[in-house]
Amino acid sequence: MPRRDDLQSILVIGSGPIVIGQACEFDYSGTQACRVLTEEGYRVILANSNPATIMTDPAFADRTYVEPLVPDVLEAIVERERPDAVLPTLGGQTGLNLAMELHRRGVFDRFGVEMIGADAEAIATAENRDRFKAAMTGIGLAVPESGFAYTLGEALEVGDGIGYPVIVRPSYILGGTGTGIAADREELERIAAAGLAASPVSEVLIERSIAGWKEYELEVMRDRADNCVVICSIENFDPMGVHTGDSITVAPAQTLSDREYQAMRDAAFACIRRIGVETGGSNIQFAVDPRTGRQVVIEMNPRVSRSSALASKATGFPIAKIAARLAVGYTLDEIRNDITGETPASFEPTIDYVVTKVPRWAFEKFPGIPEVLGTRMQSVGEAMAIGRTFPESLQKGLRSLERGRLGLNCDPAETMYHDWDDDELVRRAAIATPDRPFHLEAALRRGISVERLYEATGVDPWFLDQIALLVAERARLAGLAGPAFLGRAAWRRAKRLGFSDAQLAWLWSAPERPVAEREVRAARLAAGVRATMKTVDTCAAEFEAHTPYHYSTYEDDDEVAPGTRPKVVILGSGPNRIGQGVEFDYCCVQASFALRDAGFETVMVNCNPETVSTDYDTSDRLYFEPVTWEDVTNVLDAESAAGTVAGVIVSLGGQTPLKLAGDLPDDLVLGTRPDAIDLAEDRERWNALCAHLEIPQPAGGTATTFEEARAIVGRIGFPALVRPSYVLGGRAMEIVYGEDDLRRAMDELAGFGSLGREGGLSARRPVLIDRFLEDAIEVDVDSVRDAAGEVVIGAVMEHVEEAGVHSGDSACVIPPPTLDPGTIRVIEGHTRDIAAALEVVGPLNVQYAVKRIAGVPGPGHHQEVPAAGTQVFVIEANPRVSRTVPFVSKATGVPFARVAARVIAGATLADLRAEGLLREPVEGDHVSVKEAVLPFARFPEADTLLGPEMRSTGEVMGIDRTFGLAFAKTQAAAGDVLPAGGTIFFSLADRDKDAGVTVARRFVQLGFSVVATAGTAARFEADGVPVAAVVAKVGAPDTAGPDAVDAVTLLEDGKVDLVVNTPRGRGPRADGAYIRRAANQHRVPCLTTVAAARAAAAGIADRSRHPLTVTSLQEYHAGGQLPLTAELPLA
Amino acid sequence: MSGAVRLDGAAPPTEALLVLADGTTFEGEAIGWWDPAGPAVATGEVVFNTTMTGYQEVLTDPSYAGQVVCFTYPHIGNYGVAAADSESRRAFCRGVIVRDTPPRPSSWRAEQSLAGFLAEQRLPGLTGVDTRRLTRHVREAGAMPAAFGPVAGPLAVDEAALKAAALGAPGTDGVDLAAEVTTAQRYTVGEGPRRIVAYDFGIKRAILAHLGRIATVDVVPAGTPAAEVLDARPDGVFLSNGPGDPAAVGYAADAIRQLLGRVPVFGICLGHQLMARALGAETFKLRFGHHGGNHPVRRVGTGGVEITSQNHNYAVVEGSVAAMDVTHVNLNDGVIEGLACRDVPAFSVQYHPEAGPGPHDASYLFDEFVSLMRRGA
Repeated sequence: MPRRDDLQSILVIGSGPIVIGQACEFDYSGTQACRVLTEEGYRVILANSNPATIMTDPAFADRTYVEPLVPDVLEAIVERERPDAVLPTLGGQTGLNLAMELHRRGVFDRFGVEMIGADAEAIATAENRDRFKAAMTGIGLAVPESGFAYTLGEALEVGDGIGYPVIVRPSYILGGTGTGIAADREELERIAAAGLAASPVSEVLIERSIAGWKEYELEVMRDRADNCVVICSIENFDPMGVHTGDSITVAPAQTLSDREYQAMRDAAFACIRRIGVETGGSNIQFAVDPRTGRQVVIEMNPRVSRSSALASKATGFPIAKIAARLAVGYTLDEIRNDITGETPASFEPTIDYVVTKVPRWAFEKFPGIPEVLGTRMQSVGEAMAIGRTFPESLQKGLRSLERGRLGLNCDPAETMYHDWDDDELVRRAAIATPDRPFHLEAALRRGISVERLYEATGVDPWFLDQIALLVAERARLAGLAGPAFLGRAAWRRAKRLGFSDAQLAWLWSAPERPVAEREVRAARLAAGVRATMKTVDTCAAEFEAHTPYHYSTYEDDDEVAPGTRPKVVILGSGPNRIGQGVEFDYCCVQASFALRDAGFETVMVNCNPETVSTDYDTSDRLYFEPVTWEDVTNVLDAESAAGTVAGVIVSLGGQTPLKLAGDLPDDLVLGTRPDAIDLAEDRERWNALCAHLEIPQPAGGTATTFEEARAIVGRIGFPALVRPSYVLGGRAMEIVYGEDDLRRAMDELAGFGSLGREGGLSARRPVLIDRFLEDAIEVDVDSVRDAAGEVVIGAVMEHVEEAGVHSGDSACVIPPPTLDPGTIRVIEGHTRDIAAALEVVGPLNVQYAVKRIAGVPGPGHHQEVPAAGTQVFVIEANPRVSRTVPFVSKATGVPFARVAARVIAGATLADLRAEGLLREPVEGDHVSVKEAVLPFARFPEADTLLGPEMRSTGEVMGIDRTFGLAFAKTQAAAGDVLPAGGTIFFSLADRDKDAGVTVARRFVQLGFSVVATAGTAARFEADGVPVAAVVAKVGAPDTAGPDAVDAVTLLEDGKVDLVVNTPRGRGPRADGAYIRRAANQHRVPCLTTVAAARAAAAGIADRSRHPLTVTSLQEYHAGGQLPLTAELPLA
Repeated sequence: MSGAVRLDGAAPPTEALLVLADGTTFEGEAIGWWDPAGPAVATGEVVFNTTMTGYQEVLTDPSYAGQVVCFTYPHIGNYGVAAADSESRRAFCRGVIVRDTPPRPSSWRAEQSLAGFLAEQRLPGLTGVDTRRLTRHVREAGAMPAAFGPVAGPLAVDEAALKAAALGAPGTDGVDLAAEVTTAQRYTVGEGPRRIVAYDFGIKRAILAHLGRIATVDVVPAGTPAAEVLDARPDGVFLSNGPGDPAAVGYAADAIRQLLGRVPVFGICLGHQLMARALGAETFKLRFGHHGGNHPVRRVGTGGVEITSQNHNYAVVEGSVAAMDVTHVNLNDGVIEGLACRDVPAFSVQYHPEAGPGPHDASYLFDEFVSLMRRGA
């Protein structure tokens, strides 16, 4: 069944911003889909609100709508573009839900759009728990027994029927309130009572508890001819009870016999057929009772998922790409396997290595949230590692995480566990936490038995035995006096178990005689043991592979084919984390494309399975490796042996590769010199440079102790900004207002807190302390300088939130809405001077704070501010791409990452202009706003206050004709639709009250009813802003008269439509924290700065005057061709 | 759970070497059973198998007689060994080569560790081998004789001895390996309503399980004359899988020629090759064969694709099968995977619809055999 010719255009729905549970795996799948559909000659229409993605690069679709992924907007896109079909299965849960909503609204019927891949019936059957269970039972597959109950009596009846233990899950609750496991009838009585009380609809689901069972997943594909194949089997290290996204997972399944595996395979096919996924990929989860082998189906996703991205990278079988081809009519046997080039895609990959995925969490960003894993996913990213054995891949995976760990213990951080006695260690291991594998290794090293640990944790003895092998090997190695005492066989054995040179260096170091990582490497190479590069080929070497997708291991021979073109090695950004996500992958991928076009052979090194960069056909060669010095050096050695390496790019993958710059061979680092990178990071050298250039900086200094810090503050005064050097995402950054705060901040940075684990303080990594500029406007500039000295400014971006909110958590705007031309000129001039002084070759991001002496006009105001009344301070400069680069490209139409990459590799801006790659930015008719997306819905207990520590996981972009419209789109895209009217609740800090009055007045003009806490209300009324009601402080009803209710009660009762709460005081016990938490839990939009409230007012105002319009990037970038309704309002 | 994890390294690994007939060598460590009387040299034809599960079924499949099996998946032995998974009364292969064996199995089904099984079966083995390099070598150079043994310890042999043994090892061409593995006595299994005579050229228990559900099965030695079979007036005759070169089992092809047209016939693997030869087709040796559980096969009649379990080094020459239609084709390399006679009720497949190990996609073929028997000769 060949390509469907009855379709001409296809709408692809992306997954929107990166959030926990939905990360850049959908950029990977969506990008693959867009490429395939374009190759097949279809007109591709893409909708995705996430500007950091590769798929929204205008080259990947005919029409790219960077618009909010909400039903009204999608409907407008469908109406405008009239696609023949929609592909809903590649955009995660967001894409699936949106497609279902449009289907329900009749939009697809009305415009004749066919759902391809999976139809509404199939999606509904898979997604609805009751229907799914009925469907599975109907085809004879076991599911965990369950039933709903509405009274205590019913609950006990259900529980008795199922048999204990059971899990009680109240319906429609957030954060797992009322959930619990009941071991017997008495416990059920207690837990069900609490659960019924917690559920707003008095409904609880009671389900057989299978916590402790083994968890498996099969990735399955099906085509129109009903051919089914399993792409990959996955076994979880953590037993049932930990969300699979938070589990360490291993491919292929390790402990299933063929009989059991084939039974699971049969069940998976029966499931996909029954659900009716006509074409494409699905993943099906199973739980297996380790005592009896009994298998039950847990759930299935009728779409491409995080696991399918993992399975694609784990096997080399590109699930999303094939799914897209299947959706347009092909069958599996009609599609070629790219890797072998000869065999068809209708086969089941077999692998000859072990893949381990390890999640990365960000608990350190959310104080007060317990670091305990459960059924709700909390990780923000993941790393994958390939080794020939499980221990090797596990150790590679753990060092890929960049949590400061060198492998599975055998590193400085392992001393954390020394103080615990055996029982404590077992108790800790029994709780699923990010550190569980480390606890298990430590326990085994103490001689605690595998049996006891299995009993305590449910981690299969097979995995524990494998960790025990590491323990045994370590004992052998520790018995040797140092690297000089190992022969070839001993080295080979250690390296085959995945020990890093850095682990061994630590193991052999003594206080009086430290052993360096380089020393270990040198001794090992001298003994003839070096990394060998093997190939991921889908077929365990049965056929010749044509796609160079490699991983390192310690075997006999290499498989890297010689190359003829000069090679550029691009270092990727590793696992997603807060502060370093898909935007850096965007830059690496763009670089790879640009350099390949320019005649280089591109070599990618990365370890994040979710990304486009780790797609084997993004670059000429892919090394799926940790981005550490040892692993990168191995790649450089292998590539040097197979041709000429022109150099390494360290400035496109965020902080991860940049940190390596100084340790790599200087002549191989392309672009800005490592010394200049150090200059920008080294506070004293940087200060001297700024002084020399006469660019003002906030006063400050560096400290490694509290005393030094106090001396600095004595000089510069409070408030002060305290932050560690060499980190990204404002890690542990804090504004301190007094000496106690300062002492606590320094203690945290120095001690064995989470940051201590990441390296702690040293003279090399001191704390930076600067005067904090209150109420300053923050400005970001992205630029590129070439070797000839020309500098091009990509964009000057003005932040909506004032300085003090981390730039990654702040909305920002192109063009700057309130900066005057004179100030912009000053900022551009400083940027050029800094670029020249650092001799930057490539990207440079500079952050400024603009402090106004005159009054502070808000965004949307077109008030002229004389440059004379404004002072520009430089905050920091980073000679690397920033997270705003993809946003800048989409706002201006200039492929900025490609330009940067070409310049790094030697081109001049003049060359690129002549080539047509470097264009003039599109300006004029549109405003672009980038807004951060925060993960608070996942952490209902967290304070939603924004601060200098970045906590957003992703971003959205809004483009429209006015700032207000664009801003309103970003809010909708981020999940908080701004209300058109209703009640707005204000609770402001004293310093925000001046500005707050103006904003409140604006909301009253817009028809809102204002309520406020006593102090805020008094100030509003004094300035003539009508206040409808005074709201009591939380826990202090007397503050607002006898009848007043507090804000939390108002929010619970649904009487507030928008919250503006700015911080005062610190810590979770403060009044504001309760308000923000309640808003978060009841999903009421909550703005925590006056600036954001001002922007929201502009958005609400503009939106009320202008109907929704949607416009593609291609139209914006063509310039002057906007389908304008010619309304260009002034706010 | 059995045995203790080897934590102390008390039994240091014994260095060993694999030497191929072309002189290529591979390092490893000796595992399994070695005759204490020496010489500790194992020989056989090296083939690789790409299945990730089912090592026990592979090791006990009589079709591997004369061969040393290299598993491409690195961890072999994870879930141990269970009697129910054995495909025959013992292991017929000559040795096993792996990258790693775990300290002990983990499975509720495990009755024995792989190490225990190798010892019981007197099967020598190598671990720690760069099995991917070996696989790539065999892929390029073809399946070839090899020898391996310890090069340290009390049973040490030297490289030259291994090289000589590899060169001296018989290949499989022209060797009647079926005669070595077939049953000495006829026996009966199954309780199905029909009566089938099954030729045992190395029959797997998974096949007998399938046949036993549809018939009472008389399993007969490979050399059983056709007349003897026909005297039993069976509803159908089954030709089993088996090891080695079909050209060396001429007597079986002769018998089959006499059966075709008189009784419905179904053949699998070697049985398929022998049926084709009985009708005048030629067979040839593949460079490295098909050994795995993921081979895509097109069913010509429907166009559908089956993922199949395969284990063969020889195949039927295309175009040499005048009296038969090709019913199944391997999508990887176009090899004939199934044939049906035009004029007589007989069909055969090259692959293994009985699985054991492998996917169940083609189990419908046993139903087709029932239909064929229902129609009669």
